[in-house]
Amino acid sequence: MIQEQELKTFVEGTTNYFEVAAQQPASIGSPYLVTEGQPSVHDYTGMISITGKREGVVYFTAPKAMLTVLLMKMQESDFSHETMRDLVGEVANTISGNARKDFGRDFVISVPSVLAGEKPEIPNTPGMRSFVIPINWRSHSAKLIVALK
Amino acid sequence: MNAVNGNATNGARRSYKLMIVDDSNIMRRRIERSQQFEEIQLVGTASNGLEAIELFKKMDPDVITMDLTMPQMDGIECIENIVRIKPAVRILVISALADKATAVEAMEKGANGFLNKPFTDRQLNEAIAELIR
Repeated sequence: MIQEQELKTFVEGTTNYFEVAAQQPASIGSPYLVTEGQPSVHDYTGMISITGKREGVVYFTAPKAMLTVLLMKMQESDFSHETMRDLVGEVANTISGNARKDFGRDFVISVPSVLAGEKPEIPNTPGMRSFVIPINWRSHSAKLIVALK
Repeated sequence: MNAVNGNATNGARRSYKLMIVDDSNIMRRRIERSQQFEEIQLVGTASNGLEAIELFKKMDPDVITMDLTMPQMDGIECIENIVRIKPAVRILVISALADKATAVEAMEKGANGFLNKPFTDRQLNEAIAELIR
């Protein structure tokens, strides 16, 4: 189960990502625990598996419209499906990697994998409960989903 | 893996051949676009450690930006291999991994600088300046 202080690490990582990479702060909503089933996801979802002293998954999920604006802010001119996939993977990787500042090097992160396409669903994580950190940036909403044991 | 043709020498000023290693295409383009040194010329990009070693042998870069979390061969192993071939190479690690132990390990293996993702253009250019001056 994830502790409050640990959630704070991910909230800070998300805040920092948007401030620095997108040069525009995001507003982070109150994190909540998913009590039933798996949380819903947007068009693109970057997924990082966690192993080592903790086990679990970190997802960053966002709609295509938000990713397009984020790419523009990064001065990207390629808005292809592959670039969207690359971006959600990179955001998930950056926030998860930054969490090692508090979790330490035994918080081992995988390379990103990506879910996209029609009605994507995140896989069940038996024995783990997912926390959702809502992200509002400009007029768009995204989520960071953290499931750790 | 992409090699870029070109001559990195330009008269009196010392010039540097740059190789960018990162599994994210967005990051590779970002680093290429953001670095502002006239004396640096991009000679190639690679998306994992194995590709990087192959490209390194072909293009003999002087300066490398190196991601750490990559498929096939990670950045730490890649640094070790490259430094063994050319001890004078200058390597800037650009990684999301924010724990001190990882930065220390990268430096012990032969990296010369460490920049955490996400970064601003200014932070990138300051880190590169430290590397070449």
